[in-house]
Amino acid sequence: MSSAREFSATGMAARTAGILFVFVIIFTALLSAAYLWTKPAIEASATEEKMKLIDEVLPRNAYDNALLDDTISLPATPELGLSDVSTLYRARLAGQPIAVVFEAVAPDGYSGKIRLVLAIRADGQVSGVRVIQHRETPGLGDYVEVKKDKNKARPWITQFQNMSLAAVTDKDWKVKKDGGRIDYYAGATVTPRAVSKAVFKAVKWAETNRKQLFSSEGAAK
Amino acid sequence: MISREEFKNIAGKGIWTQNSSIAQILGLCPLLAVTTNAVNGVMLSLATILVMAISNLAVSALRNFIPHEIRIPVFILIVAALVTVVDLLFNANLHELYLVLGIFIPLIVTNCIVLARVEAFAAKNPPLQSTFDGIFMGVGMLWTLALLGAMRELIGAGTLFGGIDMVFPNLHPIQLLPESYPNFLLAMLPPGAFILLGCMIAWKNWMDARAAERAKLKPPAPVAMAGSH
Repeated sequence: MSSAREFSATGMAARTAGILFVFVIIFTALLSAAYLWTKPAIEASATEEKMKLIDEVLPRNAYDNALLDDTISLPATPELGLSDVSTLYRARLAGQPIAVVFEAVAPDGYSGKIRLVLAIRADGQVSGVRVIQHRETPGLGDYVEVKKDKNKARPWITQFQNMSLAAVTDKDWKVKKDGGRIDYYAGATVTPRAVSKAVFKAVKWAETNRKQLFSSEGAAK
Repeated sequence: MISREEFKNIAGKGIWTQNSSIAQILGLCPLLAVTTNAVNGVMLSLATILVMAISNLAVSALRNFIPHEIRIPVFILIVAALVTVVDLLFNANLHELYLVLGIFIPLIVTNCIVLARVEAFAAKNPPLQSTFDGIFMGVGMLWTLALLGAMRELIGAGTLFGGIDMVFPNLHPIQLLPESYPNFLLAMLPPGAFILLGCMIAWKNWMDARAAERAKLKPPAPVAMAGSH
């Protein structure tokens, strides 16, 4: 810091600060303008993307309500691996609850958390599961993501479809190596094991809370 | 404007002599993170070309208004603001492309090659030359990252152009080695990228050394060629 006596130094500092300030103002204005101008389009595509993701786990013709507006806010739920609040979407057909769509996290992937989205029908059956975020090794454990799975006809993750607690035993929700019925590719068991465990826990959680999740209340929305 | 000679000089420097990845060794963070396959490398490079051209142009146009002492904060401000604007515009108007390139665009801010070219070139040269410098530095990065990505995925997983279906939904990755190829994990992990990048740098140095050797052996170049350095 220069003392008050060095006029030239303070003067120069003030001048430089002024110029910097002008640049900050100009570029902040540019940013705000770009933000405001693009905001509606970005929001629209974010909604569209959310719906696309939900379409993968729950066919759009299975329900007739505005799914994105019929929500329950979930508190942090350790059973689902969620340490933050999240949103659960309720699908209804003619007012009757038919499925819920929610997120779960497998905390024990090969390199960190694996985020999933699940849809579970009112009868407890899994309608679909998708991995939405992971950092598994490319080319090795990443086949849990449909896009990266080499088996395009029947991607690995679709094995959970139509499984339910009523139809199969608890130990079936494990990879074959651990005595369950879930296939896996040799060389990468940690990832499918983590996903299977998380799906099982999520299905159990939905079963435990089915009264609240599949209530007809709030359908008028 | 810009002379042919000047243009060739800028292009040559960007693509080979001062190649950002194998001569200046800049921007290694995105390089390591992204080149697990050729497609990702190309996509990041394309986004970088765009950002570098725009930021070089902007800095060059404003260079006479930027006091020397505070040039770095101003450059960072300009680059960061422009990257964000590009990010927003892409997201809003070219959403399909954004889904592919989107994760790479914010990474560009961390790429020191952008700031390096702004500081070393755009701050001292006219806008047109600076724009070309940005583009060709990016082109140099493009072929290096594409090659590095292709080698990594070929050695690591036996495929080529993995993830191409994210860009062109109709195309599929090519399985070059048999399906039974035991994936070589090292090539997929960051150390593998360092090792292969080291090989590429050695290759470039070898090529340069050989060219210098030949130039020495040859009789002096004809007059028309002289002074082209």
